[in-house]
Amino acid sequence: MEWDWNFVWDIMPQLIDGVIITIKAALMGSIVAMIIGLVWAILKRSQNKIVSKLTGYFVEFIRGTPLLVQLYFLFYILPDLGLLLSPLVAGVIGLGIHYSAYTAEVYRSGIDNISKGQWEAAKACNFSPRQTWSHIIIPQAVPPIIPVLANYFIAIFKETPLLSAITVLELMNQARSVANYSYRYLEPMTMVGAFFLIISVPSVILLRRLERRYSRRA
Amino acid sequence: MGGSDQPIIKIDKVSKSFGSLNVLNELSFDVEPGEKLALIGPSGSGKTTILRILMTLETIDSGHILVDGEELWHIPGNGGLVPANEKHLHHMREKIGMVFQLFNLFPHMTVLRNVTAAPMLTQNVPKEQAEKRAMALLDMVGLADKADAKPAQLSGGQKQRVAIARALALQPKIMLFDEVTSALDPELVEEVLNVMRRLAEETDMTMLLVTHEMQFARDFADRVLFFDAGRIVEQGPPKEIFSNPQEERTRTFLKKVIAAGHAI
Repeated sequence: MEWDWNFVWDIMPQLIDGVIITIKAALMGSIVAMIIGLVWAILKRSQNKIVSKLTGYFVEFIRGTPLLVQLYFLFYILPDLGLLLSPLVAGVIGLGIHYSAYTAEVYRSGIDNISKGQWEAAKACNFSPRQTWSHIIIPQAVPPIIPVLANYFIAIFKETPLLSAITVLELMNQARSVANYSYRYLEPMTMVGAFFLIISVPSVILLRRLERRYSRRA
Repeated sequence: MGGSDQPIIKIDKVSKSFGSLNVLNELSFDVEPGEKLALIGPSGSGKTTILRILMTLETIDSGHILVDGEELWHIPGNGGLVPANEKHLHHMREKIGMVFQLFNLFPHMTVLRNVTAAPMLTQNVPKEQAEKRAMALLDMVGLADKADAKPAQLSGGQKQRVAIARALALQPKIMLFDEVTSALDPELVEEVLNVMRRLAEETDMTMLLVTHEMQFARDFADRVLFFDAGRIVEQGPPKEIFSNPQEERTRTFLKKVIAAGHAI
């Protein structure tokens, strides 16, 4: 089999459509994972034992089941229960919730690093629990863990091909459909790898910069 | 409520255990408005715990505490008293400020923001007014020129003086000082004590002080309480406690403290 540049240019528009969907899904999935993960971390520290226990079980459950199963559940089973999600929305929710189980653990480590004295000073200053979180705890807990969170962004990005299983037309799915009707796999699959590299290499460089910056601050 | 002829703090048979450890044992004492009280005693005697209970950092197992005429840990309910909710505790904390042994400044905020954050967020003081008041307080503790510094750039003594300004910014009626010089290098102790002396002279705030600085307790306090095993063993004017202690345990403690190099 020989590499055919003409074929590459022919399929490029379709692949670029896929890249855009891939980036969209990864960005939105990451945002969901960053927000929901923080919510889990806060709920897990709730004074209310039932809330913290239930959160713990739920997070363990998410972490203990494969992302692919969760995606199938969101996309193929939820409609039976009356909730119909578009492929991309289901994919973003699936990625976001799945990785929130991991980011929750990252947030937890950041929060645990805040000394008891900070909580006590916040109380002595009469901050409400919400003000304590938003003005005292989160601003101190998050900067040191930004590099770890960024690592999860790259992980999420590389998991997006799984969304092809629920018909999201991301890069992998586009490449596969090209391959299926042209019977050529070499160019589409090579281009998928190339696109992922083109995006993840700068991301990793950015990540190293973040690490340097925040380790200096800490 | 809150008249001048009644105690500003009334502690009535308060008990507190940590697991099987009895920290406070039916402790009772009153504090008069404006009184400067020094709490002394061996570590683990419960003196820090009572400050932490007043700041609502620890709960009580039994007994009652009245602050400024109001129950601290209880609210009316079910025809009697029930444990206080967060709203009541928030209201009660307005009356009390605390300075900690380890300063506990907010490291991500400037010195000025450390002092303005609580009034702005919890009392809705406008920014301009909060900053004006904060600068006056920082001036009082001799740190007006450090307003834009971060806590990490300050010495221990400077941090503690900022912490005092931060607590004062909420204009509490009662100030609690929990071993505020214990974590300081010896040469930095005096600058913090000077601020507290000024505070005692210039305000009529009620001040409760847990300390190992016996000389300071003697100069500063109107009354000294000697704690041991969760009870008050002896109390009285500093002169009497330090010069003529009646109880054997007080004498033993003071001897030990002197032997350890804390002059009286």
